[in-house]
Amino acid sequence: MNEVPDLRRGPHPDTAVILKEASRLLDPPTRRLFLRNAVGLGTLTMLSGCTVVDDISAQRVLNQMSNFNDRVQAWLFNPQRLAKQYPASAITRPFPFNAFYGREKAPEVDAEAYRLEIAGMAEKTDQWTLPDLHALPRTSQITRHICIEGWSAVGHWEGVRLSDFLARIGADITAKFVTFRCEDNYSTSIDMASALHPQTQLTFWFDGEVLPRIYGFPVRLRIPTKLGFKSAKHIFEIEIGNEYTGGYWETYGYNWFSGL
Amino acid sequence: MTSSSVDSSPEPPARTTIHPVVVRLTHWINAFAMVLMILSGWEIYNAYPILPFKFPASITLGDGLASGILWHFAAMWLLVVNGLLYVGYGFISGRFRRKLLPLHPGAVIADAKAALSGKLDHDNLSQYNAVQRLLYVSVLLAGLLVTLSGLAMWKPVQLQELTALMGGFDNARIVHFAAMAFIVLFTLVHVAMAFLVPRSLLAMLRGR
Repeated sequence: MNEVPDLRRGPHPDTAVILKEASRLLDPPTRRLFLRNAVGLGTLTMLSGCTVVDDISAQRVLNQMSNFNDRVQAWLFNPQRLAKQYPASAITRPFPFNAFYGREKAPEVDAEAYRLEIAGMAEKTDQWTLPDLHALPRTSQITRHICIEGWSAVGHWEGVRLSDFLARIGADITAKFVTFRCEDNYSTSIDMASALHPQTQLTFWFDGEVLPRIYGFPVRLRIPTKLGFKSAKHIFEIEIGNEYTGGYWETYGYNWFSGL
Repeated sequence: MTSSSVDSSPEPPARTTIHPVVVRLTHWINAFAMVLMILSGWEIYNAYPILPFKFPASITLGDGLASGILWHFAAMWLLVVNGLLYVGYGFISGRFRRKLLPLHPGAVIADAKAALSGKLDHDNLSQYNAVQRLLYVSVLLAGLLVTLSGLAMWKPVQLQELTALMGGFDNARIVHFAAMAFIVLFTLVHVAMAFLVPRSLLAMLRGR
């Protein structure tokens, strides 16, 4: 970029993420325009005092392709298609622990003090205690958890169908996103179609016992139609909304939809 | 353009063209897309190796799993669109049938022996010998297998019959890896042969 005379500073290391995050807030036509012109405009360069030109092109194309892949996957998603169920003999024991920290760092949540919070587009935003949640209609599944890293394991999860729960709280199911915020500062979000899938579960039990700490006590998501990292653990807040909220791994460039 | 410039043109008549422009274009785009797919695939493999080794980070594409996946699933579209064009042309034009068939085991063995003893001639580049036919058919099948096993891993719920056909999710990884390994070996031989018979490389560049 020879015509830019004075480039004393390198690009901000998070430029790509910032641009992608910013673009997510826009409606699709504006987003395309924004991403197409982000480099040419130089607006960000002026505002932030650092250039977005150097590092951005390849990353920008890759991010756009990832957004395109989100749309392809949403189109491929069949809301009636069930993930395969396995017999109890197929359950993987011990089930692998996986998080962005070691198992000793898994959050300790006080069962008595715990409250599940509801935010956004729902009629009933009362908090839920653990006994209230445990009293909800119980469903069970033995399905394969597939990690984006490439390993997989079969587990047994029990809890309430997320679609039942969303109905109970009067959630607006025309909203686009359901976001899960967690005690370990993790978060992720899913599309409403996947949230309403019959196997998408708000989970309280694992392998016949109360959800152990390392597997997401007291409440986790179990969504066998998506990669493992979408099954958020230690959930304390569920938000229903139309604004894209991304998630922990998503900000590192992992594909948002991540459907199976 | 004047008629004299046409007359003096060094271009040969169309019938001497060995590789039509569609084939040459899709060949090189495929080569590029394949390199992107394989190198980013190695980066993804490294996140959870199924064999007791990792690929050196210096030769993989992508800095970590997230970017390896971004590359893989972007290059995928280039490979798919280009591949459909190539395969579609191969079938519709009859090129596959003309160039790759018939394929007899006896001819393969005879040509392999001739090749190893240095007696296989390459005078007519427009006609593939039996060993070439076998290798080209094999790599097309490996391409099909790597695509199907890739789809089986990408969509093990939506395409669960395909995943079952691959022996389940974990096994699909092994199939995907094996098909990749075959394609890499083919490519090594293919590139070596192209340099041993430079006219064949020229033909893929300028068509004759």
